[in-house]
Amino acid sequence: MTPTYYLLLSALLFTIGAVGVLVRRNAIVVFMCIELMLNAVNLSLVTFARINGSLDGQIMAFFVMVVAAAEVVVGLAIIMSIFRTRRTASVDDSNLLKY
Amino acid sequence: MTGTINLAAEVQQASGIANLAWLLLALPALGAAVLLIAGRRADKWGHLLGSATVIAAFVYAVLLFFDTTSLAADDRTREAHLFDWISIHSLNVEFGLRIDPLSLTFVLLITGVGSLIHIYSIGYMSDDRDRRRFFAYLNLFVSAMLLLVLGNGFVTLYFGWEGVGLASYLLIGWYQGKDFAATAAKKAFLMNRVGDVGLALAIFLMFKNIGSTQYSVVFDKIGEQSTGVIVAIGILLLLGACGKSGQFPLQAWLPDAMAGPTPVSALIHAATMVTAGVYLIARSNPLYSLPQAEDARLVVMIVGAVTLLIGCVIGCAYDDFKKVLAYSTVSQIGYMILAVGLGPAGYAFGILHLLTHGFFKAGLFLGAGSVMHGMNDEGDIRRLGGLARKMPITFITWTLGYLALIGFPFLSGYFSKDAIIAAAFSEGGSRGWVFGGIALLGAGLTAFYMTRLLILVFLGKPRWENLKSEDGRAYHPHESGWTMTLPMIVLAVGSVGAGAVLSGMLPEWLSPTLGELVEEHGPLSHTVIAILTVAISAIGAGIAFALFGRREQPVTRPQRVSFPVRAARADLYGNHLNEALFARPGVWLTRFLVFVDNRGVDGLVNGIAAGLGGSSGRLRRLQTGFVRSYALSMLGGSILVIAALLMVRFA
Amino acid sequence: MSALLLAQQAATHVTTGEAIAFWVLGPLALAGGLGMIFARNAVHSALFLVLTMLSLGVIYMVQQGPFLGFVQIIVYTGAIMMLFLFVLMLVGRDSSDSVVEVLRGQRLWATVFGVGLAVLIVAAVARALTDVRPVGLAGETANGGQGNVFNIGKALFTDYVFPFELTSALLITAAVGAMVLGYVDRHVRGRKTQKELVEARFRGEHDRPSPLPGPGVFATSNSVATPALLPDGSVAEESLSRLIDATASAKLDEERKAVAGTLPGPDARALAPGKEES
Repeated sequence: MTPTYYLLLSALLFTIGAVGVLVRRNAIVVFMCIELMLNAVNLSLVTFARINGSLDGQIMAFFVMVVAAAEVVVGLAIIMSIFRTRRTASVDDSNLLKY
Repeated sequence: MTGTINLAAEVQQASGIANLAWLLLALPALGAAVLLIAGRRADKWGHLLGSATVIAAFVYAVLLFFDTTSLAADDRTREAHLFDWISIHSLNVEFGLRIDPLSLTFVLLITGVGSLIHIYSIGYMSDDRDRRRFFAYLNLFVSAMLLLVLGNGFVTLYFGWEGVGLASYLLIGWYQGKDFAATAAKKAFLMNRVGDVGLALAIFLMFKNIGSTQYSVVFDKIGEQSTGVIVAIGILLLLGACGKSGQFPLQAWLPDAMAGPTPVSALIHAATMVTAGVYLIARSNPLYSLPQAEDARLVVMIVGAVTLLIGCVIGCAYDDFKKVLAYSTVSQIGYMILAVGLGPAGYAFGILHLLTHGFFKAGLFLGAGSVMHGMNDEGDIRRLGGLARKMPITFITWTLGYLALIGFPFLSGYFSKDAIIAAAFSEGGSRGWVFGGIALLGAGLTAFYMTRLLILVFLGKPRWENLKSEDGRAYHPHESGWTMTLPMIVLAVGSVGAGAVLSGMLPEWLSPTLGELVEEHGPLSHTVIAILTVAISAIGAGIAFALFGRREQPVTRPQRVSFPVRAARADLYGNHLNEALFARPGVWLTRFLVFVDNRGVDGLVNGIAAGLGGSSGRLRRLQTGFVRSYALSMLGGSILVIAALLMVRFA
Repeated sequence: MSALLLAQQAATHVTTGEAIAFWVLGPLALAGGLGMIFARNAVHSALFLVLTMLSLGVIYMVQQGPFLGFVQIIVYTGAIMMLFLFVLMLVGRDSSDSVVEVLRGQRLWATVFGVGLAVLIVAAVARALTDVRPVGLAGETANGGQGNVFNIGKALFTDYVFPFELTSALLITAAVGAMVLGYVDRHVRGRKTQKELVEARFRGEHDRPSPLPGPGVFATSNSVATPALLPDGSVAEESLSRLIDATASAKLDEERKAVAGTLPGPDARALAPGKEES
C-alpha cells in the first residue's frame, strides 16, 4: 500500500459529493455535499504534503477549512432568508431566473 | 474632309465687357431664386421681375455681341474662367464660360426669343394663380440653357443639359392636376434620361482616353485617338442629342410635351432646348470633322433623315394643333441634324436653319397659343375653322410664319432649308441622292401638313359655332392683348427677314468656331434645287388645298381611313415599338428581379434570421432556472476539460 | 547515513498499522458519503457526514498531521456540522425530499457523469503516481525538529502571514454578512396601525366591520352565557361564545325570558324587590 490510496479515496469522496449536489434537492443537503467535496480536496492536500515532505499542503488545507467555515456561515444565512420568504428549502423552487 | 482646323490654339482670355459674362447666368438664376423663395409675396410683381432679368440678359448679350464683332476674327473665341469646379487628382473640371461666335449666336437666340416669350406669357398666363412660379421656372430654364451653351467644357454643358431637362419637366407638368400632363412630364424626363446616359458615357470616354473634359483640351487631342474611340464618342454624343432634340428613336416624348402651356412649347420645345442636340453636334465639330469620324457622321445623317420623314408623315395625320406643330418641330430638327451631319459643308446651314426655325416656329406656337387662348383652350383643329376674321393679327403673323416654314421664296425658311437640301445633294454619289431626295420629299410633306393646318384653323367655315367646349362654354373667339400680339409681330418680322439677313453673314461669323464653310457642288446646281424645292412645296400645298380647302370637313375625325393614315395617327407605331422592345421586357425584368429579391435575397436573409430566431428559441429552453441542471452541465464541462487535459498529457 | 536511509525507508513504506487504519477508516468515510446522499431525512444525512468527517480527521492524524486532524474534529465536526444541524432544525427537519425527480434525466446523467469523473480521476491518479516515492514528513521543517504544531504555526506567522490576515477579514465579513441576512426588522413588516386596521375592516378584509357584541350580562344574571339582545328583542347569536353554543338552549330559556322582560320583573318604581303590595 502507498499513499496513492488516499488520493483514490479522495477522488471517490469528491465524486460522491458532486453527484450529491446534482441529485439532492434540499438546499442544506446540497450544502453538505459541497462540504464533502471540500473535505475530499483537503484529504488530497494532506496526502500531497506527505508525499512532498512539506507542510505547505497542510497549511493549505487549514485555509480551506477557514474558507469553508466562512462559506457555511453565509450560505446558511442565505438559505435561512430564502426559507423565511418562500417557506421552502428546495433548490428546485427557486427557479425564477430563466428564459 | 479637308476643313479640319485646330481651334484650341486660338482661345483668348476674356477681357473687358466679356469678363461680366457670368451675368448672363446669374441674372435669370437670381430671378428664379427670388421668385421661388419669395413665394406668394411675389405674386404682384413676379412676372415683371422674371421678364426683366431675361431682357437685361438680352441687352447684355447684344452688348457682348458688338464687343465681339469689334475684334479680329481670330480673337473672337474667348474664355472666362470663373472658378475651379471639380478638382480631384487627375480630374480637373473648370467652371468657365466660352464666348465665341457659336455660343453668342445661341445666347442671342435664347435671350431674344426668351424675352419675347416672357412678355407673351404675361398675357397668356394672366389667369393662372401660380403665374409667379411659372416665371420662376422659365427663368430657371433660361439660366440653365445659357449655361449649356456658354460652358467651356462637356461637364458644364452636362450641368446645363440636366438643368434644362429639369425645367422642361417642371413646365410640361405645369397642369399637375391633369393626368396626361403628369404622364407627359414623366415620359419626357425618362426618355431624356436615355439620351443623357449616352452623353454621360461620352464624357466618361473622353476623360478616360483624353484625361480632360474641357473643350480646348478635348478638341486638341481628339485627333490622336483611335478610330473606335472617336466613333464611339460620336455616336454616344448623338444619342444624347437624340434624347434632348426628340430625334429618332427617342422622338416620342416631344409631341406629348405639348401638354405644357403654349409659351413653354414655343420656347423650350420649339426654339431653344430641343435644338441643344444640334448645338452639341455643332460644338463637337472638331470631332465630327475628323476623317475617322466618317461613320459617326453617317449615323447622324441617317438619324436626321429618318426623323425628318417620320415627323412629316405623322404631322399629316394629327388633329391636335400643337401636336402637329410638335411633329413639325421634330422634322425640322431632323433637317438640322442632317445638316450638321454633313460636316463642314453643313454646320453653318444647320445653325442657320436653327435660328430661322427658332423665329418662325416660336411664332407659329405663339399663334397657336393665341388661338387656343381665344377659343377656351380648344386644340382640336377640326373644331376650329374660319378664325381669320376673328383674329386678324394672329392670322397674319401665323401665315407669315407658315410661309417661312414651307420655304416660300425669299422668306427665311427658303434660305435655310434650301441650303440644307442643296448641301445634302452635294454630298455626292448615291448618298447625296438619297439624303437630298428625302430632304426634298420632306419639304413637300411639310407644305402639305402646314397648309392643312392653315386651312382647318383659319380658313373654311367656322365649325365651332354650334359647338361647346369641354367645360360647357360657348366659343367666343377674340384677338389677344398686346402683350401676346407684340411678340408674335416681332417674331413674324423675324420669320420674314431673318433668313435673308443671316444667310449671307452667318457662315462667315461662325467660321472661327465651325471652320470655313466648304462649298461643294453636287449634281444639281443651287438654282435647280431652289426651283425644285419651291415646286414640290407648291405641289404639297396644292394637294392639301385640293383635299381640305374645297370640301367641308367633319367635326370629328374620320375613323375609317387607309393604313398609312392609321399608322401615322399611331405615331408610326413608335410608342408601340418602344413599348414592345423596352418597356415590356423592362417590366418583366423588374418583376423577375422583384421575385428574386423577395424570394432569393429576402428569403436568404429572412431564412437566416428565422433560423437563428428559431434555434435560439429552442436553445433558450436550456435555461431552465434549475440550479441542478446548471450544475450538471458544469460537471459535464469539467469532465470534458479534464479528459482533454489528460489526453494531451498522456497522448 | 543509515539512519536517514531508514527514515526514508519508513517514509516510503506504509506501516502495517497505518494500512489497517486506512482500510478501516476509508470504507467508513465512503459509507458516510454514500449514506449522506441516500438518506431521505436531512438530519440523517448530516449525521452520516459527521461520520465521514470524523474518519477523515483520524486519517489526517494517521497521515502525520495531528494539528489538522484535531482541527478537523473540533472545528468541522464540532462547530460547522452542529451549525448545519441547528439550521436544519430551524427550517423544518421534517421536510424530507420527495422521491420523484422533476428534472428529466437528471439522475441518470448525474450517475453517468459521476462514474465518468471518478474513472477519469482514479485512472489519472493511478497512472501518474505509480512510481512516486513519498518523501515523508520527517524533515526538519516538517514534523521533525520542534514538531508539527510548532512548524505549522511558524509557517503561518511567517510565510503565510498575509493570507492568514486575509482570512481574518474574510471571517469578519462572513459574520457581518450572516447577521445582515439573518436579521429580520419586525418594524418594517410590523403590525398594522389602528387606522390601517379600521380601513381593512371596512374594505371587507375581515368578517365584519365591528367587534363582536358582548354578552348580555345584566343584574339578573352574571353568566357570560347570557346572550345579548338586539333592539327588536331578538337574540344576537354572535354575542355568545362558540363554546357556549354547546350548552342546551333549553337551559337558557329562563334567562332569556328574564332578559327579554317577559317574566314579571320587579316594579320599576320599587326600591327593592319583594315590596310590591301596592
